[in-house]
Amino acid sequence: MLIDVPQEYYLILSAMMFVIGSVGVLTRRNAIIIFMSIEIMLNSVNLTFVSFAAFMGDTAGQIFVFFVMAVAAAEAAVGLAIVLALFRNKKTIYVDEVSLMKW
Amino acid sequence: MIDEIFLSQLKQSVDLFLPETILVATFIIALIFDLIYKNSRYLIAVISIIGLVFSGIFLVNQSTSSAAIFSGMLSFDPFGNFFKILILLTTIIIVLMSVFSKELYEGGRKTGEYYILIVGMTFGMFLLAVANNLIIVYLAIETMSISSYILAGYTKEIKRASEASLKYVIFGAVSSGMMIYGISLIYGLTGSLTFDAINSAMISSDISGLTLLIAGLMIIAGIGYKISAVPFHFWTPDVYEGAPITITAYLSVASKAAGFAVLIRFLKVSFFDSTNYANDEIWTLIGTIDWQIVIAILSVLTMTLGNLVALWQTNMKRLLAYSSIAHAGYILMGVVVMTDIGVTSVLIYFFVYMIMNLGAFLVVMIIANKTGNEDIQKYNGIGHKAPFVSACMVIFLISLTGLPPTAGFIGKWAVFTAVLKSEYIWLAVVGVLNSVVSLYYYVKIFRNMYIRNFEDDSEIYEFSPGTYILLIILAVPTLIFGIYFTPLLDWAESSVKIFLGV
Repeated sequence: MLIDVPQEYYLILSAMMFVIGSVGVLTRRNAIIIFMSIEIMLNSVNLTFVSFAAFMGDTAGQIFVFFVMAVAAAEAAVGLAIVLALFRNKKTIYVDEVSLMKW
Repeated sequence: MIDEIFLSQLKQSVDLFLPETILVATFIIALIFDLIYKNSRYLIAVISIIGLVFSGIFLVNQSTSSAAIFSGMLSFDPFGNFFKILILLTTIIIVLMSVFSKELYEGGRKTGEYYILIVGMTFGMFLLAVANNLIIVYLAIETMSISSYILAGYTKEIKRASEASLKYVIFGAVSSGMMIYGISLIYGLTGSLTFDAINSAMISSDISGLTLLIAGLMIIAGIGYKISAVPFHFWTPDVYEGAPITITAYLSVASKAAGFAVLIRFLKVSFFDSTNYANDEIWTLIGTIDWQIVIAILSVLTMTLGNLVALWQTNMKRLLAYSSIAHAGYILMGVVVMTDIGVTSVLIYFFVYMIMNLGAFLVVMIIANKTGNEDIQKYNGIGHKAPFVSACMVIFLISLTGLPPTAGFIGKWAVFTAVLKSEYIWLAVVGVLNSVVSLYYYVKIFRNMYIRNFEDDSEIYEFSPGTYILLIILAVPTLIFGIYFTPLLDWAESSVKIFLGV
């Protein structure tokens, strides 16, 4: 079932997800969408870990995934709170309009 | 069935973990007291200090122990202990500084959570200094980062602070994402997450090539973000400028120290040939990838960019941010040589850097309490308005430049000696040239303080006695370690022992 699909496919899929996430972070202006892109990056990491763990018959990778999910939730909570605080101050969540400090 | 050996190991682990346990207890107690006494101004600070001091007493007691605890998840050794003591001292000084910060208490702001988060961040950094497993590395980095995202934006109605905090959280999340992608590749290559198991897997199966290079670079990117090494430094100036001064000082010393601790331990335990350990002082690399060159390039970029951009800064916090980037570059030189002497020099430099950098930030905070901002123009004539504070600032700045007879000279001397002994002459030359450049912008500050014309109202600034005591606590060691540095040298030399597994 799992083994029917070669491992390379999982790895290629997760590498693609990672690139999509990174490009999203670099090109999007909306802070919320940037956080969504970061979640895609983290999920690609989860996929890599799970596929390695399954193919090697080792549990450490799956344990790591639990921690990544928990930490991602905490990070999203703090990140959204910070976006909220920023919105109260500047009435915008577009990161290119947040530029009080440069060089 | 319960295993006797397992039980005794668990008991040993719990015993050794006492300083961290005390920090967690302090965290919880402070949280409860913050709920009960909502309007107390300094109560939580006092509780935090008490907890930190207790934790420090137990930390000093275990400074010679060396063991892998919690089934090899953490490895307690003199090296980790050095960094933990350094982080703890920084935390205590930062908490004391925060008590005098006007910016933090402005408008009757509640500061309970501020001290609680600092204690939580200390816990994360303690774990990072002794982590021996990539899961712990990730969790510790996130414990420390998530607390610091909030702390950077703690003065949330100030626009610069919330901007700093947003930039910090976005860059931080991306770099930790990159780091765990690197970790997942390492896991796939070696089948393990523990540092020593990675090492034995790499020795037995001769893994090298492109995948290892990518994985290693991604992990270096994650750690490089924490130590603000150059291609990963973009957040540093903005966050340092926007965050409260106390947090800026904290990030520039403590979180950098934790990052260097994990970088050195990871390189030493995972990437070095432990079977071929004939010469104890020089580490032999596994595989064909030359990590020394990678780190040497990082080091050169870091100090050059840090120093050059610092030249035209007009905000003190931003200037010290670039100066701290440059110092990370100098410290990386000690990592490049990859010998025990190199690590000793890193430890010495870090201790010295802690004292002088915290001192410089303390002066910036004291003066910002009076003038309201950190603009370098506001320093005109400070030398006449606040003679003692300015004299201390001169000591700290000379020390940051690395001139004798201050502690900064000892740090630079240790690093350059280590680099020259390993015959990285070109690296030492770049380092010396950078120190010369740095002299310009440090001198610019005391030129402003003493020589520049100022509005002639000749008022004398009065400061509270507490700030004077803190200043003396930081300024005296800066001078003493410049002349009598044997204890520091001995301590650093006895702390290079990294526990290499069973």
